[in-house]
Amino acid sequence: MQTGILAFGAYIPFRRLQRSAVFAANAWFAPGLKGAAKGERATANWDEDAITMAVEAARDLFADTDRSTVAGLTLASTTLPFADRLNAGVVKEALNLPDPVFASDQTGSQRCATSALVIALSGQGPHMVIGSDLRKARPASEAELAQGDAAAAILVGQGEVIARLIGTHSVTTDFVDHFRSSGARFDYGWESRWIREEGHTKLFGGAIKDALARFNLTGADIDVAVISITVRGVPESLAKQAGIRPEAVADTFSAEVGDTGAAHPLLGLAAALEKAKPKQKILLAGFGQGADILVFETTDAILHPPKRLGVAGHMARSQKTDNYLRFLFHRGLLDLERGMRAEMDQKQPGTTLYRNRKAVLGLVGGRCAKTGTVQFPKSDIGVNPNARAQGTQEDYPLAERRAKIVTYTADSLSYSPDPPVYYGAIDFDGGGRLVAEFADCASEDIEVGREMRMVFRIKTLDEMRDFTKYFWKAAPVREGEA
Amino acid sequence: MAKGIKDKVAILGMGCAKFGERWDMDADQLMVEAFTEAQSDAGIDVSQIDAAWLAVAFDAVNIGPSGIPLSMALRLPNIGVTKVENYCASGTEAFRGAVYAVASGAADIALALGCEKLKDTGYGGLPVRSRGTTYDMIGVTGSAPGNFAQLAAAYRAKHGVSKEELKRAIAHVSVKSHANGAKNPKAHLQKAVDMDTVLNAPMIAEPLGLFDCCGVSDGAACAIVTTPEIARALGKTDLVTVKALQIAASNGWELQQAGGWDGAYFHTTRVAAAKAYHEAGVDNPREQISLMEVHDCFSITELVTMEDLFISKEGEGYKDVLDGFFDADGRVPCQIDGGLKCFGHPIGASGLRMIYENYLQLLGRAGPRQRQTPPALALSHNLGGSPIQNVSAIAIVGLHEA
Repeated sequence: MQTGILAFGAYIPFRRLQRSAVFAANAWFAPGLKGAAKGERATANWDEDAITMAVEAARDLFADTDRSTVAGLTLASTTLPFADRLNAGVVKEALNLPDPVFASDQTGSQRCATSALVIALSGQGPHMVIGSDLRKARPASEAELAQGDAAAAILVGQGEVIARLIGTHSVTTDFVDHFRSSGARFDYGWESRWIREEGHTKLFGGAIKDALARFNLTGADIDVAVISITVRGVPESLAKQAGIRPEAVADTFSAEVGDTGAAHPLLGLAAALEKAKPKQKILLAGFGQGADILVFETTDAILHPPKRLGVAGHMARSQKTDNYLRFLFHRGLLDLERGMRAEMDQKQPGTTLYRNRKAVLGLVGGRCAKTGTVQFPKSDIGVNPNARAQGTQEDYPLAERRAKIVTYTADSLSYSPDPPVYYGAIDFDGGGRLVAEFADCASEDIEVGREMRMVFRIKTLDEMRDFTKYFWKAAPVREGEA
Repeated sequence: MAKGIKDKVAILGMGCAKFGERWDMDADQLMVEAFTEAQSDAGIDVSQIDAAWLAVAFDAVNIGPSGIPLSMALRLPNIGVTKVENYCASGTEAFRGAVYAVASGAADIALALGCEKLKDTGYGGLPVRSRGTTYDMIGVTGSAPGNFAQLAAAYRAKHGVSKEELKRAIAHVSVKSHANGAKNPKAHLQKAVDMDTVLNAPMIAEPLGLFDCCGVSDGAACAIVTTPEIARALGKTDLVTVKALQIAASNGWELQQAGGWDGAYFHTTRVAAAKAYHEAGVDNPREQISLMEVHDCFSITELVTMEDLFISKEGEGYKDVLDGFFDADGRVPCQIDGGLKCFGHPIGASGLRMIYENYLQLLGRAGPRQRQTPPALALSHNLGGSPIQNVSAIAIVGLHEA
């Protein structure tokens, strides 16, 4: 039995904030950022966070993988919404995985996802590691331009792997290139020249060389090197140091996505797997107070064309935006006047959420065993007036079903961080109806009959008690999302 | 089928406060203003009232729980006072309580009063509120215009009407109501508007602009009801009696795909209207109904309701609207008092305000806005909720033995 990678998935938010727009707004204050003002960064909407993006990456993975086989999942992130509530537990509920499943959060460094992968590969699996980060940086900082938001999921285990594990190598040293204390909003970083010379070149580059030696490989054996540093020239320089061919160095998506933190190594790995041919050696290198180096070799199973959107699919469905003020507002960095309608108390009773967790977090509706009528949510007495069936409802998951718009509006009166708020009634293929908010859409996307897909999002925030409420929204099905 | 309510109960008196931004008054003062007019009209002493119903929809910015605020405001003689809430249909619900009490013989004279104090919220439109802890996790807490605007998208899709044509039709609805409201001294909005103003107003919820939405007001309205026999004994000659009173509540059918509801009409209104016409003995409403007060919370609601009340054929309501069929000088005037659009919409009071107008019109007491052809049968339609889930209430009142 081979151990290795069974499946992968990715998620990149729809909007791409143009770095030129960020720079244009901040040039008066930070003219030195001009050199970094090229390209765009993936930008999560107000209703996304590390949890929701992780769910989407996992769903992308599940496009061609039976989710019931998953024995465990780890959510790796440095921007987990909850410090003490299992964030991976929310992901588990959203994915409608059975209760007997392992789930844990992994955090603490930019390499937490590669570390989680190392641990997962030491077990039997199948274990899904999801890296997900919604980066937060001060306005007018270099980090604000360099960072991006994304998630990627890798399922590892034994069996018919698409890439077998050759080996893992980890080093740990308290190299503090940047840090963020518990509860702090932003990173504090040290001089980039020092990071490059002592951190990237010596520490990270040394670890890559040591790993290759440990696996009895040379740099020339590596076909794809995912070296997860978005600083220009660094992956190339570390590759050269290790004897890896320049053409083997994978794109770090610094131009179109940005540095997505904990997600970034897995995003790079997912992109590499998308393009890989059989018998290719892929090196994955994550950096943060040390390094994790993993080497895989693809198998013939990689040839099966995946149905997933993946990194390439998400790259193709982006929307450019220059709206920097909206970005600042969505990150809580601009205190806009929201009006009295935003004052409604959003308190979430724990009891109600627990009782309804399958419906709320998993979008599980009901189907009447007697009539086959589908409804959301379930109810003791079914909605079909011809049956008057009581106690006949079976669980019926709706999240993966496509839907069509029946009614809609664009509401400018209700408070929304991204006005106007679009919502309406949608009918699911196979039955069931829901009045849902629409995510990531504009007026040209919406008409009666338009095909929609469900996405897991933040419904609202209880700002008084600092609690995030999640539910499902409908997003327009876009090109490539067949 | 039950025998129904026809001609069992007469309206002894009605009253209505001036609707609008009543910065000068609390809810109890509005109640007194409406009641004083009704009591004078009825010519009775407070001690003759056997039971009372109070309609209020929004507690948080209003009077709080129970029937006590009405009992206190009017200093009622320790009779039973029941507070009812059924969304925006609360006013008709209170009327139903009082009418049923009289019809049952349990009360000789009963009071229904609706009141709402909405201008203490600090912003325009209805207060944002919870719909319960379970709903709040999975439902959309849209605005009222957002909820009703969805009718337009579905109506266009179903009947093949262009965006522009439907927008013009609903604009006509509002222009007509403003023209009517300009003749009504108790109306919140008393200014006529032209088509261009309506068409070019800021968008609230596509396709509803500012003038497609009704006013949100302070106000109160009330009815004192009794039996026709007692009314005559009290000296009343021209009697207005209740011909039909029906309320239909959604049960989730519209919310299931298999039900076949397409979003372009009010299922409950059709149910309530069919029952009400049967109860009142109306078999051709387009010919028999003299005038209507409907729940025009939004222009699109009024347009669709013309079809759901079986006045216009399905898919042709917008043509009747554009033809002026529902104008004050049209065949079946609708909102001759300005409607929710201009008279205003103090939620709990609205159903009773509609009946108040119909009562005045039937008795020829509506002043400059009096319908010239003497009306005999008037319908009011009071709706609460949203198109996909609502309470629809219909009251038909008419001249006794007409």
